[in-house]
Amino acid sequence: MHELSIAMSIVELAEEESVRRGGAQINAVHLKLGALSGVVSEALLSSWEMASYDTELRGSRLVIEKVPVVVYCPACDAPRTLESIQHFICPVCKNMVSQVIEGRELQVFAMEILE
Amino acid sequence: MSHELQPRLIEVRKNVLRQNDIVARELRQHFRDSGICVVSLVSSPGSGKTAFLEKTLARLRTYFRVAALVGDLATENDAARLARSRVPVKQITTGTLCHLEAAMVRTALDDWNVGELDFLFIENVGNLVCPASYDIGEDLRLVLLSVSEGEDKPLKYPTIFNTADLAVITKMDLAEAVEFDLAAAERNIEQVRPGMPVMKVSSKSGRGMEEWLQFLASARKSHLQQYAHS
Repeated sequence: MHELSIAMSIVELAEEESVRRGGAQINAVHLKLGALSGVVSEALLSSWEMASYDTELRGSRLVIEKVPVVVYCPACDAPRTLESIQHFICPVCKNMVSQVIEGRELQVFAMEILE
Repeated sequence: MSHELQPRLIEVRKNVLRQNDIVARELRQHFRDSGICVVSLVSSPGSGKTAFLEKTLARLRTYFRVAALVGDLATENDAARLARSRVPVKQITTGTLCHLEAAMVRTALDDWNVGELDFLFIENVGNLVCPASYDIGEDLRLVLLSVSEGEDKPLKYPTIFNTADLAVITKMDLAEAVEFDLAAAERNIEQVRPGMPVMKVSSKSGRGMEEWLQFLASARKSHLQQYAHS
């Protein structure tokens, strides 16, 4: 369980961004969360209130966009989206695939601010 | 004039763990410049990381200059055990933190000259979840799985297996007693991390240790060649 410390890092990042933009009030933080990030979205969401409580972000929302794993399949010579992280198998040609293109994201990609 | 505030979506695009990633990148560069091969170990608690490392250090020190960092929530027991192999060992106690971060590794290495080493081993906190998110600057990440844990561990913790470079199945001397299905375990590892090499070892009987040490020596060689070319 490291989601609380991850949530605190997100709060810190958002606060820095807010300061950089002249102290804008933040309504929501939008996060890209890869299936291979090692972070569980439900645990992160339930940590959000506690992590943001004593900060400028109190009352804000954490909006999580889940990113599935996209791999490069050499046999198809194309990117393919995995159906499950338990099966690194190309959904089209059924060959083993290992080159991850997307799915490790743990990134704040946007914020909703009031101005 | 109305001053009602309007919501607006702004782009940020910043990685949450960027601080850790920056430190990890700096560490990796430092390790490369120093010509040292850094190997980390992750596994669940009780899978035999420390015993495996103890045997590895004791045998490797004949041929190489080796040292180890060991992470735990509390106690210095593991460092004391590893020190028996008579190589420099330092304990990192994380307190309540369930994983090592790059900055902890950097701090622990503050008073060590890594340029005097050939290998550095970093034993992470026993945990198959959290260490997956944190790069600590290592060249090689080992994931250990003991035969008594069950063959489906890779399927239950695919993320950590997917971040590893080598899987080590430990306590092979107990395989028969616990009816361990080696083929199933290897299949499951292949399914979550196709192409990852798998080693079968027993720290107690010494089985597979020779092969492991040879793997390490050639991994180091290819790392050094790679740095020389880059």
